[in-house]
Amino acid sequence: MKYLDEFRNPELAQRLFDEIRGVTTRPWAIMEVCGGQTHSIIRNGIDQLLPAEIELIHGPGCPVCVTPLELIDKALVIASQPNVIFCSFGDMLRVPGSSKDLFRVKSEGNDVRIVYSPLDAVKLAQANPTREVVFFGIGFETTAPANAMAVHQAQQLGLRNFSMLVSHVLVPPAITAILESPANRVQAFLAAGHVCSVMGTWAYEPLVERYRVPIVVTGFEPLDVLEGIRRTVLQLERGEAQLENAYTRAVNRAGNLPAQQMLADIFEVTDRGWRGIGVIPNSGWRLRAAYRDFDAETRFAVQNIHTEESALCHSGEVLRGLLKPNQCPAFGKACTPRTPLGATMVSSEGACAAYYQYGRFVQREDSAVYA
Amino acid sequence: MCLGIPGQVKEIYESGGVRMGIVDFAGITKEICLAYVPEIMVGDYTIVHVGFAITQLDEDSAQESLRLFAEMGVLEEELRAAE
Repeated sequence: MKYLDEFRNPELAQRLFDEIRGVTTRPWAIMEVCGGQTHSIIRNGIDQLLPAEIELIHGPGCPVCVTPLELIDKALVIASQPNVIFCSFGDMLRVPGSSKDLFRVKSEGNDVRIVYSPLDAVKLAQANPTREVVFFGIGFETTAPANAMAVHQAQQLGLRNFSMLVSHVLVPPAITAILESPANRVQAFLAAGHVCSVMGTWAYEPLVERYRVPIVVTGFEPLDVLEGIRRTVLQLERGEAQLENAYTRAVNRAGNLPAQQMLADIFEVTDRGWRGIGVIPNSGWRLRAAYRDFDAETRFAVQNIHTEESALCHSGEVLRGLLKPNQCPAFGKACTPRTPLGATMVSSEGACAAYYQYGRFVQREDSAVYA
Repeated sequence: MCLGIPGQVKEIYESGGVRMGIVDFAGITKEICLAYVPEIMVGDYTIVHVGFAITQLDEDSAQESLRLFAEMGVLEEELRAAE
């Protein structure tokens, strides 16, 4: 029980673990969708303190991990152009493209900058009117309102030198794709709290009804995650399938309406390729036609991208929940955070990075459920 | 990347037609876009993600999960008593 001290309230954590243990009668496979929750689980050893019957399958909720390779390669080409200031969240810099990463492009003398907020990229465009400023607009529904506001601002300011390379992805279509997959083992989901802060919970109601699967909206602190798991296991054991909100302090059914309005103004739904997973119908956002001038893919018209994934990397299977990171032959050997073969070893939300950072080089011995 | 950091709004102003503000994260202050939380006031708490306030988090509700857990603990103790 070495990890229990790490919880904000170890006694409460112990009681939650005890209750989960008390009600669990058979194996259950639960997916935490969000990579932030994966890190919380691995950092605090939640998976190891749960009864061996409960398997946590790490979901694809890591935007850096699922950004398609073709788009990373396009980013590398755009960032290498002489008049471009290429701006990105820091996590993207070490994500491997087919031949190199953005960090390498930067070290080759190109102007690649890490920004905290997409609005910082808009400010750079204002301050550098003779340069092309391109922002790598990735993320789930949590991040999309920020990127939408950056495009809105650029338009309001009449900026002609700002554009965005857009790769937005959406959670509900990803859950649908997982449930529709013949190989699916997931029996319940912890939904990502802050995605629901923006979008509300209503979009999950049809999923619960259609697939008879429990979905519990869950926060990120260890106790939040544990409470989400407890509610999920209770539903599974009772044979229920409900949408529950275990993160009411930051989530309601409707979500953030001003943010949703901005999203509807700027973006429209599109099919989107997910790295390691493939194309999922209606699973992304792209800029509406009215904002096509701000689309970096249109502005730079990068053609002839030939992508090539590492032959050693199994991140696609990790992202689909078919493989635990430490079951990959390259894990911790050919693939480390210093020499990542796949994006899941790079991002602070990637499952492989979490396993490496917290020393999970072997599987738990009492596991009854790992393949 | 979907992590949000709770902070307290210290100042609110308009910049280029957008509602902005200064938010304090345990002593570190940053300029944050408040356009998506039009009802928020100086002194309120919010969850911030990539420079944007995405939801209000008043001081009471910040404690709510703990209260819920406490209630749950009572239930759990009742369960244990029945064993």
